[in-house]
Amino acid sequence: MSTGTFPALRGYPRADGRKGIRNVVVVGYLVECAHHVARHITSRFTDREVHLIGFPGCYPNAYAEKMMQRLCTHPNVGAALLVSLGCESMNKSWLEQQIAASGRPVHTLTIQKTGGTKKTIAAGVEWVQWALDELGGMEPVPMGVDELVIGTTCGGSDGTSGLTANPAVGRAFDALIAAGAACVFEETGELIGCEPHMVQRAVTPELGGEIMRSMEKAARYYATLGYGSFAVGNSDGGLTTIEEKSLGAYAKSGASAISGLVKPGDVPPSGKGGLYLLDVVPDGEVRFGFPNINDNAELAELIACGAHLILFTTGRGSVVGSAISPVIKVCANPETYRAMQDDMDIDAGSILEGRATLEEVGREICDRVVAIGNQVQSKSEELGHQEFILTYKSFEPIGPACLPVSMPFSIGAVR
Amino acid sequence: MGSFDSRVILLAPEDNCVAVAATLAAGTRLLIDGAMVLIERDIGIGHKLARRDIAPGEKILKYGAIIGSATRPIARGAHIHLHNLASDYLPTYTLPPAG
Repeated sequence: MSTGTFPALRGYPRADGRKGIRNVVVVGYLVECAHHVARHITSRFTDREVHLIGFPGCYPNAYAEKMMQRLCTHPNVGAALLVSLGCESMNKSWLEQQIAASGRPVHTLTIQKTGGTKKTIAAGVEWVQWALDELGGMEPVPMGVDELVIGTTCGGSDGTSGLTANPAVGRAFDALIAAGAACVFEETGELIGCEPHMVQRAVTPELGGEIMRSMEKAARYYATLGYGSFAVGNSDGGLTTIEEKSLGAYAKSGASAISGLVKPGDVPPSGKGGLYLLDVVPDGEVRFGFPNINDNAELAELIACGAHLILFTTGRGSVVGSAISPVIKVCANPETYRAMQDDMDIDAGSILEGRATLEEVGREICDRVVAIGNQVQSKSEELGHQEFILTYKSFEPIGPACLPVSMPFSIGAVR
Repeated sequence: MGSFDSRVILLAPEDNCVAVAATLAAGTRLLIDGAMVLIERDIGIGHKLARRDIAPGEKILKYGAIIGSATRPIARGAHIHLHNLASDYLPTYTLPPAG
């Protein structure tokens, strides 16, 4: 089942036809009031694949429910425990039905009905242990690179990001797409200034129009908020303006045609290969604050789009990982790599020092993708990083022009 | 086109800035587009230097694309950053210097 020059991976087959490169038991709190109990349950299994996710809000939000549904039925997830306080607005019976319909073991514990903190923790630990025993009997099967969805994002960018790590990820993306993988790049707010070029890369003029509209939305949204997606560390690292940061970030997308525009939770079709732009900026009036308040919000959205793993480029030196999907750190800055090597998977700064070419680093990234798809842990996984954040947003569904190619399988009702 | 020191990179032929590929100490002399320039203060890896004299209001080009406009005169070899370059889209937020 290997594709092109890529060796086979090993994955856990799921009922919807997708495969996962991990077999995680996810523990999801459905309001902040249930977070402590869910964290306690998860903390009993620190050396096992038991990850904590959740939504803090008590008010209803369709985006958050869709995100939780997509995350709990992600191919890297084998079973899900939901922890509810009991009075929050999240539609937990719908969520539980969706997870059960995906063929996964699922259980909901409501703290108010279970007898409070201690009893719920005890019941949760018992259920997670049962789920781990169930999943322990599953054998991974051969999986092709063409079955992968791969996301990319940058965090802690500096002036070296656009010279080394980002174009190297672009080379890797081109090779992975040619081998049939679906690759997703994102953060339209960090692509401001690149829109004319992106429009030309769209596979249809209608898709180009959708990309232009999403970019205009991003510019308008951030202008209303007063600042672009640009942190203090970006300027310390030599980046001066949002358009300069954007041009460097854009290099992660490589040179392939853009096959579609998706929004958080939309899973692009894999098998045919394709490059997808994830529009992370909410639709409508500016509500709920900044689109993504930090890098982990973007990781969660890429994972909700089905990303099995994430290529994360950094110049200043980010250390984060994520619940559910492995994060591979591609370090752009050779000085940062020397200072923080324990956290970095790939030394792309070697390009600036003449120790490797862009092609060689691109190939190294592809090799690492194959290794991670064969149960090797990334650095952030080894170190136990499982950051997760989900906040309020609102989106309209994508229109037909956004995905000129059709979806190969059903992934549950869109709310 | 003149020659360039290996510690700077001209990313596109039409650019009026170069990217710094290694940290430069104050007092360093290096060749930018055929002219020797003196680096007056420490410059971090990934920062930008002017390839030639730039007038206020001129667009700064990097990767062959516009990254903003010069806000004051910039001499060849000078550091291009927040003090002399502004976005054409959104302002850049910075913290006051520590201490």
